[in-house]
Amino acid sequence: MKLSQLQIGQSGIIKEFTDLTMSVKLMEMGCLPGEKIKLDRIAPLGCPIAVSVAGYQLSLRKREAATIELI
Amino acid sequence: MKTNLKVALVGNPNTGKSTLFNLLTGLNQKVGNFAGVTVDKKSGFCKLPDGQTAEIIDLPGTYSLYPKSADESIVLEVLTDKNNPAHPNLVLVVVDATNLKRNLLLFTQLADLRIPIIIALNMIDLAKKSQIDIQINDLAKLLNVTIVPIAARKNFGLTEIKNAILYSPKTALQFQTIDIESIAPDVIKQIGIKLSLDNPYVALQIAHQHKYLKYLNKSQQLILEEITQSYQFNSEKAQANETIARYNFINDVLADTVKYPAIALEENISNKIDHLLTHKVWGLVIFFGILFAIFQSIFSWSSYPMTLIENAFILLGNLGHQFLPEGVLTNLLVDGVLAGLSGVMVFIPQIALLFAFISVLEDTGYMARVTFMMDRLMRKVGLSGKSVVPLIGGLACAVPSIMSTRTIENWKDRLITIMVTPLVSCSARLPIYTLLISLVVPNKYVLGFINLQGLTLMAMYVLSIVMAILVAWVMKKIIKSRQQGYFIMELPVYRMPRWHNVGITMFESVKSFVTQAGKVIIAISIILWVLAYYGPGNSFDEIDKKYQTIEFKNLSTGTINKLKAAEKLENSYAGLLGKSIEPAIKPLGFDWKIGIALITSFAAREVFVGTMATLYSVEGNDTVLQPIRNKMAQARNTQTGQLVFTTATAFSLMIFYAFAMQCMSTMAVVYRETKNIKWPIIQFVYMLVLAYSFSFLVYQILK
Repeated sequence: MKLSQLQIGQSGIIKEFTDLTMSVKLMEMGCLPGEKIKLDRIAPLGCPIAVSVAGYQLSLRKREAATIELI
Repeated sequence: MKTNLKVALVGNPNTGKSTLFNLLTGLNQKVGNFAGVTVDKKSGFCKLPDGQTAEIIDLPGTYSLYPKSADESIVLEVLTDKNNPAHPNLVLVVVDATNLKRNLLLFTQLADLRIPIIIALNMIDLAKKSQIDIQINDLAKLLNVTIVPIAARKNFGLTEIKNAILYSPKTALQFQTIDIESIAPDVIKQIGIKLSLDNPYVALQIAHQHKYLKYLNKSQQLILEEITQSYQFNSEKAQANETIARYNFINDVLADTVKYPAIALEENISNKIDHLLTHKVWGLVIFFGILFAIFQSIFSWSSYPMTLIENAFILLGNLGHQFLPEGVLTNLLVDGVLAGLSGVMVFIPQIALLFAFISVLEDTGYMARVTFMMDRLMRKVGLSGKSVVPLIGGLACAVPSIMSTRTIENWKDRLITIMVTPLVSCSARLPIYTLLISLVVPNKYVLGFINLQGLTLMAMYVLSIVMAILVAWVMKKIIKSRQQGYFIMELPVYRMPRWHNVGITMFESVKSFVTQAGKVIIAISIILWVLAYYGPGNSFDEIDKKYQTIEFKNLSTGTINKLKAAEKLENSYAGLLGKSIEPAIKPLGFDWKIGIALITSFAAREVFVGTMATLYSVEGNDTVLQPIRNKMAQARNTQTGQLVFTTATAFSLMIFYAFAMQCMSTMAVVYRETKNIKWPIIQFVYMLVLAYSFSFLVYQILK
């Protein structure tokens, strides 16, 4: 399951990344394999999304969220 | 007493870094450039408890030493180049106590550069409030650094920070955090030998980023290219391994020193606010409501101080003419320099207000939500969510709006925003629109409540915004960028604005506008003054003589002076220029008088009305629209006898003023923000082409 497929309020554990370039940037921001990640809300126009991870709130586009595989 | 102590302030965005900077330096700040790059360098001086002064350098906020924007790459540049004038003896890293894990990533990278370092553990009050239990002494021992708990917003811990700076170690005492060599052993070893570096992490960072480091010379670049290629150095994989290793280290350290509350307070206040502020419907309604309120306030609150400033300059000008000896120098001083200065100063209220509002929006965390909501829409036309505020601000004045694009990290997004913002109809176009509309559009109502004149005015504003979006879309296709467009942004928790910071932001933005843009404006004002007040040969003397002759005896001195001024302007260099461009502007429906106005109002659009007033030598006050309007309505072409201001000409002229870049304050500020003369020139040319072609079309269709 991908992060972009979560429903609002649902959460998952980060398993791996499908894109190396994005993974480097996401890991810097605290999205590491094993971290719990929760979908908080979606922007009014459907993109980007806001997630809770590593104790803070992060927003990213759906395309970027699709590179995060969850357990 | 000054010391050589240079302290670099480093930290994640939203950690209160700038609050701490403001507290340490007060109004004792200056904005300059980092050597060789186009990033603003904010620095200031801080008095230490023993009377010494330390220089504090505010480096751009960043999440890691691997840059995401042009601004961020300066951090590594300054920290790894010992010859850089901004290279510090001490790094003061600001860490958010409520988000230690992510914040410590940057700390571990900085620590491994082996520059003396101390930690300012900010927001310690909020961490306590959320029941995060940090054993500061244990943490300090594990890392072997001084940690000072502070709450910058509450002014807590400031003396302790100053003491820590004063007694900071002269050599790097912090423990190494991770095993660097194992990430890329051969590359690190080779770079260490070739560049004679003793620090493996500096070598590794250079392997990653050598292409962007300006201090490396060509032969060094070649060597580095060779090393990284021969050992097949994979930058992304190495970076991923490093980040994982660093987080493992951080997790180990935090496991022994920090206890989080067993159940996280799931629904915090920020989340509740966001339910409303980023709501599908209400979020957008509130956003446009806030924009409307800001726009209204800028208009209504600035009008009084602007009139005050204008009147003060008029008074000063009159005094100058009254008390200074008559002559060229006085005229230059009063009509050239003082008039130019007045044109600059009059923008101060709008700049101060717009920046105050933007600073509040940033400070509270609302700006991040605006970006979040508008990103998708703006991305389609090549802008970013953060372009919304400058574009709307452009309705008031492009100058502060362009300055406010600094919040856009992506260079391409920022550049496009800067390039299209002046297309949005600003308040200076308003007097021109109203004057021309009142000439040709009847003051009638359709459907009983829609005023035709008001409708035309609104159409001009809508047209300007549509054009800005169209041009942005075209530029998105043209401008190339090395930065990949992505959007990974922290949504900071909502906080109350800090009025102290708002005040400093207002002060600093006004100061940099007056000093930077002011120089250019005064220079161009002087040139324009010379062009308008001098003519070739002795043509001016002849005009003077002509009005001394008998036929003008029965006219009042006032009338003679006005006739004389009009004729002098016609024969001045500016007037001759107006006549010489007449063939070019004739297809747009403009005569040479409008040509002069086009040239003189290059300084600022407002000048149009004044020039028209002089040219049509109107009785009474220049600022009263009615008499100019009547004169212009009756004005006829001397050759053809036709009305000058037909509907076609008036609309063509309005379109011209809507699209043409006729504001040197804007050009000066675009130059200042892009730091490359290329961009204001491109902007001037494309806007002129737009203005000319659309005016041509409008005139030819309506004629």
